[in-house]
Amino acid sequence: MADQTIDALRGEPILLRILKGIALLRESGVGMIGAALVLFWVVVALFAPLLAPFDPLATLQLLAFPGDPYVLDPGKTFDGQAVEEVCALIETGEKQGKYDCGTFWLGTDRVGRDVLSRLIYGTQRVLLYAPLATFCAYAVGIPMGLAAGYLRGWADEVLSFVSNVILSFPVLVLYVIIIATIGASGTNIVIAVTFASAPGIMRIVRGLVLDLRNREYVFAAQTRGESAWRIMFVEILPNARGPLIVDSCLRLGYVIITIGVLGFLGLGLPPPDPDWGGMINENRLMALVAPHMTVFPCIAISSLVLGFNLLADGLREISLRD
Amino acid sequence: MTGNGVDYDGPILECRGLCISYFTRAGEIPAVIDFDLTLERGGSVGLVGESGCGKSTVAMAIMRYLGKNGGIVGGEVLYKGRNMADFSEEELRQLRGNEISMVYQEPMASLNPSLTLGKQLMEVPLYHEQVAVKEAYDRAVRMLADVKLPDPERVMAAYPHQISGGQQQRVVIAMALLSNPTLLLLDEPTTALDVTVEAGIIELIGEIAERFNTSMIYISHNLGLILETCDRVNVMYSGQVVEEGSVKEVFDEMRHPYTKGLFSAIPLPGADKTARPLVPIRGQLPLPHERPSGCYFGPRCDFFNDGRCDQGQIEMEAVAGEEGHRVRCLRWQEIDWAAYRPQGLSGEEMTPGQPVLKIENMKKYYEITDNSLAAIIKGERIKYVKANEDISFDARECETVAIVGESGCGKSTFAKVLMGLETATDGEVLYRNQDLAQEPVQARTPEQIGDVQMVFQNPFDTLNPSHTVGSQLARVIRKFGAESEPAKIKQRVMELLDLVKLPRDFAKRRPRQLSGGQKQRVGIARAFAGNPAMVVADEPVSALDVSVQAAVTGLLMDIQRSYRTTLLFISHDLSLVRYLSDRVVVMYLGHIVEQGRTDEVFSPPYHPYTEALLSAVPIADTSIQRKRIILEGALPSVLDPPSGCPFHTRCHRKIGSICETKDPPVVDLGDGHRIACHIPRDELDKMEPVIVLSGEGQSEQAASSEESPAAD
Amino acid sequence: MLIFVMRRIGAMVLTMVVVSILLFLLLEYSPGNVATKVLGPYSSEEQRQIWLEEKGYNDPLPLRYLRWLGKAVQGDFGDSIKYKVPVSEVLWPRLGNTAILGAATMAVVIPLALVLGVLAGMREGSGTDRSISVLSIITTSVPEFASAPMLQAFFVFYLALLPGTSSMIGGFNPVELILPVMVLVLYDFGYVTRMTRASMAEVMTTHYIRTAVLKGLPYKMVIMKHALRNALIAPFTVVMLQINWLLSGVIVVEFFFAYKGFGFLILDASLNKDIFLIEACAMVAVFVAVATQALADIGYTYLNPRIRFS
Repeated sequence: MADQTIDALRGEPILLRILKGIALLRESGVGMIGAALVLFWVVVALFAPLLAPFDPLATLQLLAFPGDPYVLDPGKTFDGQAVEEVCALIETGEKQGKYDCGTFWLGTDRVGRDVLSRLIYGTQRVLLYAPLATFCAYAVGIPMGLAAGYLRGWADEVLSFVSNVILSFPVLVLYVIIIATIGASGTNIVIAVTFASAPGIMRIVRGLVLDLRNREYVFAAQTRGESAWRIMFVEILPNARGPLIVDSCLRLGYVIITIGVLGFLGLGLPPPDPDWGGMINENRLMALVAPHMTVFPCIAISSLVLGFNLLADGLREISLRD
Repeated sequence: MTGNGVDYDGPILECRGLCISYFTRAGEIPAVIDFDLTLERGGSVGLVGESGCGKSTVAMAIMRYLGKNGGIVGGEVLYKGRNMADFSEEELRQLRGNEISMVYQEPMASLNPSLTLGKQLMEVPLYHEQVAVKEAYDRAVRMLADVKLPDPERVMAAYPHQISGGQQQRVVIAMALLSNPTLLLLDEPTTALDVTVEAGIIELIGEIAERFNTSMIYISHNLGLILETCDRVNVMYSGQVVEEGSVKEVFDEMRHPYTKGLFSAIPLPGADKTARPLVPIRGQLPLPHERPSGCYFGPRCDFFNDGRCDQGQIEMEAVAGEEGHRVRCLRWQEIDWAAYRPQGLSGEEMTPGQPVLKIENMKKYYEITDNSLAAIIKGERIKYVKANEDISFDARECETVAIVGESGCGKSTFAKVLMGLETATDGEVLYRNQDLAQEPVQARTPEQIGDVQMVFQNPFDTLNPSHTVGSQLARVIRKFGAESEPAKIKQRVMELLDLVKLPRDFAKRRPRQLSGGQKQRVGIARAFAGNPAMVVADEPVSALDVSVQAAVTGLLMDIQRSYRTTLLFISHDLSLVRYLSDRVVVMYLGHIVEQGRTDEVFSPPYHPYTEALLSAVPIADTSIQRKRIILEGALPSVLDPPSGCPFHTRCHRKIGSICETKDPPVVDLGDGHRIACHIPRDELDKMEPVIVLSGEGQSEQAASSEESPAAD
Repeated sequence: MLIFVMRRIGAMVLTMVVVSILLFLLLEYSPGNVATKVLGPYSSEEQRQIWLEEKGYNDPLPLRYLRWLGKAVQGDFGDSIKYKVPVSEVLWPRLGNTAILGAATMAVVIPLALVLGVLAGMREGSGTDRSISVLSIITTSVPEFASAPMLQAFFVFYLALLPGTSSMIGGFNPVELILPVMVLVLYDFGYVTRMTRASMAEVMTTHYIRTAVLKGLPYKMVIMKHALRNALIAPFTVVMLQINWLLSGVIVVEFFFAYKGFGFLILDASLNKDIFLIEACAMVAVFVAVATQALADIGYTYLNPRIRFS
């Protein structure tokens, strides 16, 4: 019912309230660990070009183990260029050869690409598509849930049935069928995730709305003759935000897994782009000889998902307190 | 195990200087401070106080069940002379449910939903006395009969949800009595029940105390119930006992300003809105971590002495000449109660104007689909819930019309139809001669909507927690077109806050930063934002603490007076209704059974239901005697209402089969006083008043105009 | 109750019908595509036309759907493009293998998760509770495709204890089942544990547990007789729905360990665009999911006397 047009009646600015909310997280140990993990990967994604030692796509050296140096054959000339310049070229993949140009901290993969660099650039992919897909799923699921829960009647019947049908597919079966049909690409992953997750979000929102719609402030708005649109989005939705924020963290973690699974099954982002799930799949046959090729991507994806799960747990803990 | 009580003749229970705290993230929060209590065998002590005063915490401390964040930080509890801190876990277990047992506030929640009642009852003898299953069963059945449950065998096999709330509470009481306990703790045992059901439970508790010679601690926020059940009373305020003594002494000659304030703030039959108005206690209950130093009641007390009342801990002092009457006040001897004339709520008589609302034969039926096999076979799948049947009454300008009834009587449905959230099935709802019965709120004009507004019941969800108080008020002002320029809207918001006596900076606050009473004030401001001609108040104060109720009620009446608003006051609280309303409509199962001017409805002749209702309301006044009418049976389901007179299944004055077959005629006793009953007129006229001042045999009405028994 | 069961089954059938329509539209809307996939990209236009005519693909869509549905109900989904045999010949043995895998997983997950969940929920906030909660968060954060290579590296390459694949070439070998089951259990038990914990913790705060304690029942009886009966209603539903999740999980695990099960089959079919096999697999998967969901609902109602006797 807020009339936010009048500054004098507004409470604290939204940004301040969000910051205060984040400050609350301090009281939850697991929440802080989760936030730290997520933040770590966000920083990695943002500064990928600065952090990655090599070009993620360049084939540099076969079967380098973690800590091995990248060595160029000494004694060869390099078109009259200084060693530093050549190293720089090698780093960008324009040149290939052996010289002491750096270290493969996590080794190289099956085709000789630097695992660390691929991991770092892979972060960008994950942290672009997962939040985007989750956001799209919410953008579709929230209005559906509001309509089903508040309007009830046939809107509820239809929306609930549709979501039941979609949810009756085992999730991965659904993804596999969708992606196999429409093809593998970033956009298609977003579409598939939206399609498969929106019904679940709808159910959650609907459940929350069914509770909130019986609050007296909703009756007050109704007796005031407010439109259904306003009641749904201004009166009800803001009060459902707590559980939805927790859910979105969990869901984000799950979407990251999904994208990983698709990559792992060869239905993810097309190669040779670095993709965590794809990295595991590509290198898994080498696991006997060089486990580092798969283990590090495994740790990366697990830690990021763990971050979101712990964050969700911390947020839930805090939201239950007051 | 403790002694079996045969060779022990001291007090059953003693609390000495008991201090209990809860440990939260914010630190230690004292819940109970310096609590003393002595309970003799067969005695009964009432703990009375408002929410958060620590009365339930005391009970849980006696049970040694404070949860993981609560603990006793000082003092001791002695059970039959033995310090309970010395009891081992196993000894405690044997004590609980066997020697000390408890009856809880919410009977439904207190019973395990997935075990039959029989199993739950039988556990008590099975685990405490290791009797055979057969004997446990027989004892449970006998005890169910003792608590007057019809058909105990059936109850034994039932699950909790299959019996009514009143019956559930009887089962809980039976469970508590099964081991013949020495001490019975009752924690608000009737708060969740309707008043006519409550009366039956209270009667039962009285009988138990006599028959089993059980000592009782009765916890309640309702002074009237304490009067009926206890010999002694401890009045608690914010974690402390402020006054204790025998019920008679404390109720007739209270010494503490809080106790005094409490009695002046509740609408006793003597109170009257013009002649003897209620006196609200100003301010709010302090939060546990914001208690003032010195006397906790200080900031709200008219006798507060700067520099004296706010220093150190205040000790209990004995009142000379009155055995066991003690009071926690430094100034109790100095206060001259005779000269104390507190500012009551303003009480001008108002003359009602023209009728604004006229309800004619309004009906509201809900259609429900019965999916049981039987219904499908019979082809009776569609059933009607007759929430409102033939509602007819009217309300005039500036008049307060109360709609009274227990849960399920259809009073809230009526409000929904009036507000346009539902449309009527039949009949007319004439507001200023426009029929609104079929107009949902979307079809009404902004003027019509703004003209009829509502104050809601629950302060905790009447305001949207996501928006500031100011923006919520501003929205209403804009919506009803009262103002449109931002500056003027802001001005109007401030005026509204002034109107409900809240500081202007509350505009920027969010609801969770407000107390219950403050939220309810904002709720009132919101209802009056569009200058309504009529306000429907649905139990506006029932969820508030007693000491805050009077102030909010007074505020509502003040605003009504200055706006000449018609007030439809929906309530189950007959005392409050008697106090503030001009006319009363009594509803039962969707029907109006009686209506008329307040004084007429509250004096004979009554409709039998009104009579029972009046007799059921506990009154905190030792000089008043009530006729006891305990209604039999439970409230029938609205799905399957009785034929004929809706009240005939429980009526104590049923005259014969005519009540079951024919709808009762509406008898007009003149001046708009109408009763729907088969009892002949001359029989009705012979009715005795339900409430009389003891010894005088006068009707309470006469009493109210002469002398208030509550005063001094 | 009977009405409820019938309605639930009705809803289940309706869902199946809608799913079948969607699948049919998605995969067989254009006959040309079907022919190309069946006969291969190098088939001539003429061959395709003949094939289409022969199989009745020139009939209107609704008729084709009904015919397809009629056969599907009898278990005839057509021939697999890749395996060149009737779909059912491939499908049922594979489904059987997955059932073994799933049953083995559930046999571990259910007792493990229920015991841990009850232990954690019994004393909310205790050390036991926190350790179990954090453990279950950690294990649910490690997806199957990550835990599989790590466990493989450890048990197969480092300890050389277990076989690295589960293709069962030398006949059914329970040892080959250990790693896949371990991976599935690791990912699944955390969720069930957390749900059980939440349910148990909620029950422990109810007033009827307080009543039971203050009635003087021994703590063990409070838990066994009063708490568990209510606390295990919700996990029952969760466990039933977990079967649906398992169907997703087996895709990854079977793919990774080359286990010849249903999950591998559906992936294989999708990647090869083996239309009839996809249809059959999807219908079976949806049937399993819908049926477990219906069972979960019916069981929930049955376990809950509040609903059963109202």
